[in-house]
Amino acid sequence: MTNMLKVSPSPHIHGKESTRKLMLNVVIALIPALIVSVFYYGIGAIIVTAVSVLSCLLFEFLIQKYILRKPISITDGSALVTGILLAFNLPSNIPVHIIVIGSFVAIVIAKMTFGGLGNNPFNPALVGRVFMLISFPVHMTTWPVPKGLGTGYLDAVTGATPLAILKGGLARGQSMSEIVGQLPTPAQMFLGNIGGSMGEVAAIALLIGFVWLLYKKVITWHIPVSVIGSIAIFTGILWLVNPEKNADPLFHILAGGVLLGAIYMATDYVTSPMVPKAMLLYGCGIGIITVVIRVYGAYPEGVSFAILIMNAFVPLMNAYIKPKRFGEEVKHG
Amino acid sequence: MLKTFPTGGVHPPENKLTAGIPIEYLPVPEKVVIPMSQHIGAPANPLVAKGDNVKTGQLIAEGKGFVSANIHSPVSGKVSKIDTAADSSGLKQPAVFIDVEGDEWVEGIDRGKELVRDIKLSSEEIVKKCFESGIVGMGGATFPSHIKLNIPSGKKCDVLIINGVECEPYLTSDHRLMLEKGEEILVGVSILMKALKVEKAMIGIENNKPDAISHLTTLAASFAGISVHPLKVKYPQGAEKQLVKALVKREVPSGRLPIDVGTVVHNAGTAFAVYEAVQKNKPLIERVVTVSGKSLQKPGNYMVRIGTPLSWLLEAAGGIPADTGKIINGGPMMGKAVSNTDAPVVKGMSGIILIPASEAFREVISPCIRCAKCVSVCPLHLEPYLLMTLTEKGMFERAEAEKITDCMECGSCSYTCPAGRPLLDYIRLGKSTVIRLARQKVLK
Repeated sequence: MTNMLKVSPSPHIHGKESTRKLMLNVVIALIPALIVSVFYYGIGAIIVTAVSVLSCLLFEFLIQKYILRKPISITDGSALVTGILLAFNLPSNIPVHIIVIGSFVAIVIAKMTFGGLGNNPFNPALVGRVFMLISFPVHMTTWPVPKGLGTGYLDAVTGATPLAILKGGLARGQSMSEIVGQLPTPAQMFLGNIGGSMGEVAAIALLIGFVWLLYKKVITWHIPVSVIGSIAIFTGILWLVNPEKNADPLFHILAGGVLLGAIYMATDYVTSPMVPKAMLLYGCGIGIITVVIRVYGAYPEGVSFAILIMNAFVPLMNAYIKPKRFGEEVKHG
Repeated sequence: MLKTFPTGGVHPPENKLTAGIPIEYLPVPEKVVIPMSQHIGAPANPLVAKGDNVKTGQLIAEGKGFVSANIHSPVSGKVSKIDTAADSSGLKQPAVFIDVEGDEWVEGIDRGKELVRDIKLSSEEIVKKCFESGIVGMGGATFPSHIKLNIPSGKKCDVLIINGVECEPYLTSDHRLMLEKGEEILVGVSILMKALKVEKAMIGIENNKPDAISHLTTLAASFAGISVHPLKVKYPQGAEKQLVKALVKREVPSGRLPIDVGTVVHNAGTAFAVYEAVQKNKPLIERVVTVSGKSLQKPGNYMVRIGTPLSWLLEAAGGIPADTGKIINGGPMMGKAVSNTDAPVVKGMSGIILIPASEAFREVISPCIRCAKCVSVCPLHLEPYLLMTLTEKGMFERAEAEKITDCMECGSCSYTCPAGRPLLDYIRLGKSTVIRLARQKVLK
């Protein structure tokens, strides 16, 4: 025969999964939330997302081409996901130059300096977001009020997020029964008709994406369920102890970035643990820190900080939390 | 809920192209090459010399040492030489070359097709017969069967497990054997039960073979103690430890054997070989080989004599298609790439798979994204990503502590990895290094 046979060790076949497909499935899962965002905040949502995605891709390209001089891998989808997630964590009326600075921090500082995809200890989009929150506190906490598709980009009417209303009210010494009238209803929060970062507002859209990610086996249930579950339990206890000083668990789950964080940010492969047991611990840690910041801290919202703090424990968890090996702990007769 | 092992495993495309094709008996080739090492353990010692005339079924090589197996001539003819021959992986091994003349069998072998149900031999005689007949594990591991029938003192066996899982894609030789030789297999199982002195045998078959499950279930009604269990389709269920876990929920401890949890596992094909040896006095000289591939002209399940050259077998299956990129001895998950098509069929060869060039490639390696898919598919609950890194960095002590030697090389991690990383290649390297270092330590 003329053609040569290939020889290599087994396995001789490979599954259909690839990094790019996984990333694209995350992008697909984020589309419902993007649609809702455009629906409530108008053109600003599109501009913010586009600027964030393009600048993330550009920074990754520039670093790979001119500094690392390695093959360009911006098509693997990871910078695309980072860009969308960063945008989802921003108000839809934030100026372009701030987005570009945030993207620079996310991609260049949080990701590429550690060696690029797979090596960054902290979630790049969250590092970018927290940097922006600290550097541009006014822009980052001036939220547009949902006014529908026709809303302009920078001229949006602004208002407070539900969590800020809560924090402000409690700080003024008001009780829950006085504050509750100012808060949106659970139905409004479920549909996203509230002020907030552009991608985090609509619970329903984020949950649709969650089902997609589970169906496509991109993520497992462990992290989202443990984050949301621990927040529900912790705030539930506080609420039962003193319902006049604490909001109910449903409010805490629907308000702010809990769902976006639990489903899309905490589950980032690179910065979350490898073993299911450790995933549960990691998720509970995020939930507890979030509630501590929200209830006792200075910021009204704490999901981003909570995830970054728990990211720091991931290497430790990977080193010490091991799966129960097959055939371990079997008593010999 | 169908039984299966609880965690890990993958589901590669089944591609059982030959499931509906009956076993075809191929004629005897003109020349055969009989390697002396067709089993795990020491090679057999040739008993014939150049120029000797041999008959079909005649003992031509004797197992030497504890773990070894006899080898019989699969043909009649003249020994042309005793030399080394390259096996399918290209490794040279001592072998007996025979030029075929006719097909004259030694006396005392019952070549009739009628079923012999009564088991006349005693337990000890069965074990001896299995040794004499050169029976080895037919699933591919080729561990000499008589050893598994000798239960070490102090250990007990309460259930015999028969492996009819055939979880590798493409392979259908056990499937066809169970359909066409069901009664013979069940008598073989009864023989194994008698040898092990157990009252109970469980046959595990994956649910993608409903015809074999219903056929054997019907037949098993008239055999005492034998039950048939459908299993959920999941690779690598045919692995001994996974099958024991699936059927009797017992976990074979790390570094131990099924007998340590009171079970012995034999392949369905082995049960058939045992039947032929004990009831028909026929040594192991032929086997069913699945020859399959998407472009192959005449894929099928062929009963061939041991020693038949692969090229001859492939010719019978319509010749090697022009688009062939890789030929595999065994299944695509655990089989070995064939580098030499002149190599002979051996006792442990369950299939020859031809992969088109368009599928015979490796993924481009990209960075590990720590998706943990390798951890979740590992049936032994290891962390393949970590074992690969430790091997890359030469941290073998840590790799040993992370149980790298438990790896059975099923390939689920490499199969799954979205970044196309060669996890198993590195784990193999790490595993063999750890074993070598451990041996050196003992020697010092």
